[in-house]
Amino acid sequence: MNAIAIRGLVKRYGAHTIFDGLELDVAHGERLAVLGASGCGKSTLLRCIAGLESWDDGEIDVAGEIGYVFQEPRLFGWLDVESNIAFAARNAQEKARVAEVLALVGMTSARAKLPKHLSGGMAQRAALARALVRKPEILLFDEPLAALDALTRLELRASLRDILTQAGATAVWVTHDVEDALTLATRTIVLQRTLNFVRAVEPAVGIDVGVRRALLAALGVPA
Amino acid sequence: MRFFVPIALVVAWFAATSTGAIKSYQLASPQAVLVELNDLASRGLLWTDLGASLERVAIGFALAALLAIVLGSLVGASRTAEKLLDPTLQAVRSVPSLAWVPLLLLWLGIGETAKIALVAIGAFFPVYVALASAIRNVDRKLVEVARVLGVRGLPFIARVLLPAALPQLLVGLRIGLTQAWLFLVAAELLGASRGLGFLLTDGQQIARTDEILVAILAFAICGKLSESGMRLLERRLVDWTDTVIPG
Repeated sequence: MNAIAIRGLVKRYGAHTIFDGLELDVAHGERLAVLGASGCGKSTLLRCIAGLESWDDGEIDVAGEIGYVFQEPRLFGWLDVESNIAFAARNAQEKARVAEVLALVGMTSARAKLPKHLSGGMAQRAALARALVRKPEILLFDEPLAALDALTRLELRASLRDILTQAGATAVWVTHDVEDALTLATRTIVLQRTLNFVRAVEPAVGIDVGVRRALLAALGVPA
Repeated sequence: MRFFVPIALVVAWFAATSTGAIKSYQLASPQAVLVELNDLASRGLLWTDLGASLERVAIGFALAALLAIVLGSLVGASRTAEKLLDPTLQAVRSVPSLAWVPLLLLWLGIGETAKIALVAIGAFFPVYVALASAIRNVDRKLVEVARVLGVRGLPFIARVLLPAALPQLLVGLRIGLTQAWLFLVAAELLGASRGLGFLLTDGQQIARTDEILVAILAFAICGKLSESGMRLLERRLVDWTDTVIPG
């Protein structure tokens, strides 16, 4: 049984078809990177899985609870870091986990700060902690590193890898950054825009072809 | 610097009244106003009138704010409620509020209830309009965070929509409170046996400009204090915003 099973997904915006029968399985514990150029429907796919977006046909089965990390931190400006994380807690058990996830993302010393006093990287760490507090079986990431500067990005990418490994959750990671995929994913697919819809491709990774080159080739970037 | 014009005005006022250029039945002198103020205060009349006015404003404003927060939340958060209620409320809003006075008098008589109702009508709309539009414009991105977490219904309104709309709600409350004072004067001018507005009409009837000026002074102080109080509240409650609050 897969954590996420997508069968024959059809999604249109007016006359514009994004997906025309997309199929995708994500196994339990798998960390899937979904690569693709801007505007190819990566975020739409994630939003459909999370139920933030409706679709026209097909089925999406999700086995377990979802945690979602957006491209922007989306913290509640009127709550300090700790209360932002506690916002996601539904019971005493999850409330008790707040301190734990604060430490996990390295934000314990900043727990009383308001979002307006946080740097981009710290805010994204807090957002990650908020998504982790319920111990969701499935984590969805919508380019959470895209808005960060290069150094912060490297740093957060490294701690994310540790956190994800430790959490052991299934993760779907949408990105246009090949490095993200290489660092964080156990499997990578590429969304390619064909003539009139988007399809998912699994790049062939051989011994003589570097993973990076295969991914870049699938993205249509000359290596 | 900021006190220059007021001081100049008082000096001119003093000069004009003490030289007899302006007669005392047209405008009482500053010292006469102070004497009258002291007289009204020491006889307790000022406090009775002030108390009556404050009570009307407080009750009327509280009722209006409560109703406006409930209706504003509903209309802002639910399309159905918006379609159902907003056109009617907007139509009612377009009536100049003083036009309700004859109806209020017929329905509620000339007593306290009519005055409080008029104050409430005046205070309601600024709060309602500010809150409904603020909630409608709450960042869709924050709404999605709540949706992903499955927070909906009343907890969603209380934990996301209202706090996000709080800065504009407070501006609405401040304007509503100013409106409440405005409508209080109207209500008390129509007929009251107590209140600062009564002091105004009483002064007019017995041609005592000093009494009128005492009432005006009291209104100015009350208005300024409630305005400053609301601004203080705004600064305390919404210091989390990253921008300067407009208004």
